[in-house]
Amino acid sequence: MGRERIRPGRVIDGFTVGEKLHEGGMAEIFAVTKPGCDLPLVMKVPLILEGDDPTMIVGFEQEQMILPRLSGPHVPKSIAIGDFSREPYIVMERIAGSSLLERFKAAPLPVSDVVEIGARVATALASLHRQDVVHLDLKPSNIMFRDTGEAVFIDFGLSRHLKLPDLLAEEFRVPMGTAPYIAPEQVMKLREEPRSDLFALGAMMYALVTGERPFGNPKHSTKALMRRLYEVPTPPRVLNPAVPGFLQEIILRLMEVKPDRRYPSAEQLAFDLAHPDHVVLTERAKREKTHWMRNFLAGRLGGAKAPLTRLEAYRHASTAPIIMVAVDLSESGEPLNEPLRDIVRRLLATAPESRLACVNVLKTAVIGLDQLTTESGESVHVQRLVELKGWAADMRLPPERITFHVLESADPAEAITTFAKNNHVDHLILGARGSGGVRRYLGSVSTAVVAEAPCTVTVARVPAVEAETASAA
Amino acid sequence: MLDRVSAALARERTRTGQRFPLSGIRRGRLPGKEDAMRIGIVSDIHANREGLEAALSALRRTGVDQIVLLGDIVGYGADPEYCVETAARLMEDGAIGILGNHDAAIDGSDEDMNRIAREAIRWTRTRLLPEHRAVLKSLSTSHRIDDALFVHASASHPTEWFYITDERNAERSLRATDARITCVGHVHRPHLWRLTSQGIATGHAPHVGVENPLAQSQRWLAVIGSAGQARDGRPGAAFGLLDLSRRSLTFGRVDYDHFTAARKVREAGLPDQLSERLLRGE
Repeated sequence: MGRERIRPGRVIDGFTVGEKLHEGGMAEIFAVTKPGCDLPLVMKVPLILEGDDPTMIVGFEQEQMILPRLSGPHVPKSIAIGDFSREPYIVMERIAGSSLLERFKAAPLPVSDVVEIGARVATALASLHRQDVVHLDLKPSNIMFRDTGEAVFIDFGLSRHLKLPDLLAEEFRVPMGTAPYIAPEQVMKLREEPRSDLFALGAMMYALVTGERPFGNPKHSTKALMRRLYEVPTPPRVLNPAVPGFLQEIILRLMEVKPDRRYPSAEQLAFDLAHPDHVVLTERAKREKTHWMRNFLAGRLGGAKAPLTRLEAYRHASTAPIIMVAVDLSESGEPLNEPLRDIVRRLLATAPESRLACVNVLKTAVIGLDQLTTESGESVHVQRLVELKGWAADMRLPPERITFHVLESADPAEAITTFAKNNHVDHLILGARGSGGVRRYLGSVSTAVVAEAPCTVTVARVPAVEAETASAA
Repeated sequence: MLDRVSAALARERTRTGQRFPLSGIRRGRLPGKEDAMRIGIVSDIHANREGLEAALSALRRTGVDQIVLLGDIVGYGADPEYCVETAARLMEDGAIGILGNHDAAIDGSDEDMNRIAREAIRWTRTRLLPEHRAVLKSLSTSHRIDDALFVHASASHPTEWFYITDERNAERSLRATDARITCVGHVHRPHLWRLTSQGIATGHAPHVGVENPLAQSQRWLAVIGSAGQARDGRPGAAFGLLDLSRRSLTFGRVDYDHFTAARKVREAGLPDQLSERLLRGE
């Protein structure tokens, strides 16, 4: 390649390279300075050795793609990117302090410390997930803490941005991640599940509070990692009797094999860690012994044939709810579109076998007597159907998972409720418009539906700040 | 190390015995467009005046240095004269015009087309003057700007109008060129394909308005959606924004008056399926 290596003293794109701070398996980290820039900086440079697999380049590019798109206190601020046509590097904010790895050396830690660490990481994860990024390689050495206390994630080389092409999707034969903390679905090469990060956090909290890793330190092979698809870890209290019930409940819930049995979001986890008294204790909290027999049988029965059969069992066991979303296609319903779609997306992601019914009510004063064609002669019904499909197009559901219905009724709330009843809807989602004036009256559709619906109802609202901005504009 | 990736890809090509049918095409930029870094791409206009206007004004708002019309200016829609004249004006100002199968059929054969497309072509022929036909004849089969290749259907056989709808056809096009990014139209459903460093073609359904970085370890193939006849379930006009300096591609979408466009198609006496299609976007 003939490229000059990066070393202390060199100046690259205005950055003066200082001492080498770290050398890992994939990259080197140097301190750098730039005139006029007060922020302490580091430069990350990929370690490229002759004859390397291009996979390493792809991982570095994935990080170059993701880091500049992230903001907030839980990631290092991205300063500059050098691309592969000249000199590949990432210059980012240097996070002072040490990584979580330091704390691991002192494990088992007091319960209060583990709860606090868990809560800080959960808060950071919530921020990351809200920005459409799943880390997928959480481990003690990838988590730092600012002096102000916030957890900061570093190393996004295996991460996934849910709205961008996944460069790593086709790159690896063995699962990507770090053996002690990798989630079961990652072993099955799923790379779009935010709750994979929750599993890793659970495994870390387990290790911090017991001093032992939940699955030991398995070899990095699919077969060795498959065990966690059916094995239940020894309850933390068996290893450390000081672990309270609520913490065992939280840790074992985070480490559930199926993502939909874990916490649904990092926010919810953070809430529970902040309010231990409110944690609902289930059988998990009470477990007092290792399921030797269960694990032994699972291991024996699973064995080498495990990969496919286990995955199938795992998929089919998940529930297949029918989700219904009532969409308001009028102009006043517009601000609710994204919040509604957000909820629907999240629900659909949690249940791979679920299906979605999109419903719009065409309000008629007296059924049958309304003008149901537009001036240009289009059928209003057909037009609504098209709009409804447009509303859902971004979610890209395969046709077998989605249906569209335009109901004609003088009473929207009644029509929605009846549809839900007749179609065995498990979960109904609709929006409520802001309060005040006429809106308050119109908003009563959601009130009536909540009162009458035969199933779970989620009411979406425009976040208060945005609603204020919108009404001010 | 990019060299190494390229070398690996070249080895792969040698192994499969494929060559670059497009490697000899004209490289370079139009006069006055030396810094054409932001390229607006409008594809499959299909004689839809309202769709074309919406896509162009969206690009104007965004700001572009260069415009590429990616083929199929005519066919299906009711405003072929307007669309050809607009294309001609844009090309006089330096836009690149690429030939599509419908454009080629005006003075060529329509035998390979389905009944509806053929009916629309025959109707379009009655509308176009020799001047319009001359514009269509002046369109290029493909064009290259730096590392970006523009061709209507596929880089592998630019005038055989293959549809890139699966990994196999995507791979065929990707292996037929050494361009880092190929932009095609023809399919009317936006998609972003790539050839990974492992030599596997794989696709991504792009999100509207999200800037996709085009990583250098991969080679990319973008199917730009249609400005005049969407087929992905929503009626809006699609366009692309390729930023060569940022090495990124954004798939844009803008609503337009598809009711009027559909009404004109109906009033022109063109097949009903064509107006319905505009209303449904599929």
